[in-house]
Amino acid sequence: MSAALAERGEDFLAEFARRCASLPGALATREAAARRFAAAGLPTRRLEAWRYTDLRALAAVSFAPAAAGADAAALISALPDFAAPRLVLVNGKIAPASSSFPEGDGVGSFARTPDFALRCVPLAALNTMLAEDGAVIRVADGVDAATLALAHLSLAEAGQPIAVHPRHLIRLGAGARLTLIEYATGQGCYWHNMVAEIALGAGAQLTHIRLQTEATAAFHVATIFADIGAAARYDCFTLGLGARLARTEIHARLDGAGGIAHLNAAQLLRGAQHGDITTIVAHDAPGGASRQTVKSVLADRARGVFQGRIEVARAAQKTDGYQMSQALLLSPEAEIDCKPELEIFADDVKCSHGATIGALDPDQLFYLRARGIPEKLARTMLVRAFLDEAIEGIAHAGARAVLDRAIARWWEAEG
Amino acid sequence: MLEIRGLHAGINGQEILRGIDLVVPQGEVHAIMGPNGSGKSTLSYILAGREGYEVSAGEILFDGRDVLVMTPEERAVAGLFLAFQYPVELPGVGNANFLRTALNALRRARGETELDAVQFLKRARAALKALMMPDDMLKRNVNVGFSGGEKKRNEVLQMAILRPRFAILDETDSGLDIDALKIVAEGVNALRGPDFSALVITHYQRLLDHIVPDRVHVLAAGRIVRSGGPELARALEESGYAGIAAEAA
Repeated sequence: MSAALAERGEDFLAEFARRCASLPGALATREAAARRFAAAGLPTRRLEAWRYTDLRALAAVSFAPAAAGADAAALISALPDFAAPRLVLVNGKIAPASSSFPEGDGVGSFARTPDFALRCVPLAALNTMLAEDGAVIRVADGVDAATLALAHLSLAEAGQPIAVHPRHLIRLGAGARLTLIEYATGQGCYWHNMVAEIALGAGAQLTHIRLQTEATAAFHVATIFADIGAAARYDCFTLGLGARLARTEIHARLDGAGGIAHLNAAQLLRGAQHGDITTIVAHDAPGGASRQTVKSVLADRARGVFQGRIEVARAAQKTDGYQMSQALLLSPEAEIDCKPELEIFADDVKCSHGATIGALDPDQLFYLRARGIPEKLARTMLVRAFLDEAIEGIAHAGARAVLDRAIARWWEAEG
Repeated sequence: MLEIRGLHAGINGQEILRGIDLVVPQGEVHAIMGPNGSGKSTLSYILAGREGYEVSAGEILFDGRDVLVMTPEERAVAGLFLAFQYPVELPGVGNANFLRTALNALRRARGETELDAVQFLKRARAALKALMMPDDMLKRNVNVGFSGGEKKRNEVLQMAILRPRFAILDETDSGLDIDALKIVAEGVNALRGPDFSALVITHYQRLLDHIVPDRVHVLAAGRIVRSGGPELARALEESGYAGIAAEAA
């Protein structure tokens, strides 16, 4: 069953052997990652963390590294206006001519200042092994860095699928603030396998708004590690609309007292799209709070996955954890798999989880239609209402407008 | 304008309407009264096009057009409006957005120009004022957290803004106190004229003191058993449905 997965894994190791001398950063870290990846390979469904997401479709594709000089002008000009400085990456590399760096030396590139740690998660190990570039964003203690946009564009020529492994590092000092709008899109068949390492100092606040509108033939895997300090707050919202197969995997660690993590997501999938939201929240310190609301709208044969794991260490008393998965199935063939996992070693905690799965309410649909609203528009209104609850919570008006427009475009394409 | 001929219909294999014949000419307001279970709500849902009902015989014509082949939205475009007995809550859908979307969908389908936000608000505020409803009604989600009376008033607000040519009011009086009842009745009366007709479905005569009908029909066990002028409603109030039904049998 996993022969194709093993073979594809070998391809990436061979690529590493060919290119390791030219890749930036500590070779020892990359070699350690390569050993990890060689041992684990591309994950199979036998791995509990990958039980609902099958990478065989990805393994069937023969990816090459991206060639330099792809012409991304059309994709760049189609980027939404983020009303903020933006970093643009094309095929995993920062495109300086299209980027507007904010003042100061806080923002740079991974290629110039590589800074990465070994991560054991298999696809993060693959990224560690092959990462060429990415954004490095550092905000000094007490600084409010306002808003920054990070756009990743992938561009594969017809008949030549590519794999890119950008590596981002976001570090906020004590009391620092940043809103990061992350945007991923592209053309053709590619695999965007990104890793972001986030570290928040005491009292820091990062609002991370992510919009994934990858090409329909693409694969998207985002692995995010967020270490959240005392009284720091990580607010993450992911909207997944694109890609043939997408997985967002967030490892949040609350390692200082009173830290807060909000890991919300919404996905809107159709056709045979597969969208996986996996979160692992580790409460290692007392008084932390984590909240997750994941909303999935699944049409046609689309399949959604939400795996939410909350680990509460013995020391993490007074932890407040909550997770909720809500799915709207628009077709009898759509499917959602929800797996909550709570592992609690402290005795004074509040942790809860819930899941709802349903279709559009025929009474609501009839009510709208009886007022003259055509059926398709009525359905759109009800789905929007379902999603809006997730998007309303986004305080950043500009980012909310970008998400709104992306959802509106999704529905236009549906027509 | 509305003609119902020999209508037999039911749900889940159970026949509820057993041969309804009813004609409401243009410009007239007719009342349908009847005990619980007589088929009043079934009739209103079938007129509006709710799914799940089986029509086994008969026809419904609106301006000579076959209503039964039309979708609910097509019926609305033709000018039919059902004020629901149990208005549906729409969490996440704002009342103003809902009303404007509905109004513009109707206008678009009729080849009229759509109203922009300013024009719409002007019309909506005028309707709110006439119905003595607060402006914040527009900001709330449709029927969410509304009291029973507020929901009914919201139905009448929709009617006032959408201006149908034919309204079916399904027990719009239930759950209203006397002041609200008068406001609702005034809302309906304001629309009355040569181009507006209505079918007022009610359990009680009370509403008909304020919306005086041209004709009153008594529905019992799926058939219209008596028809008459407004005086029939008062007679019913005195003798009760049992008397009328027995008399008709």
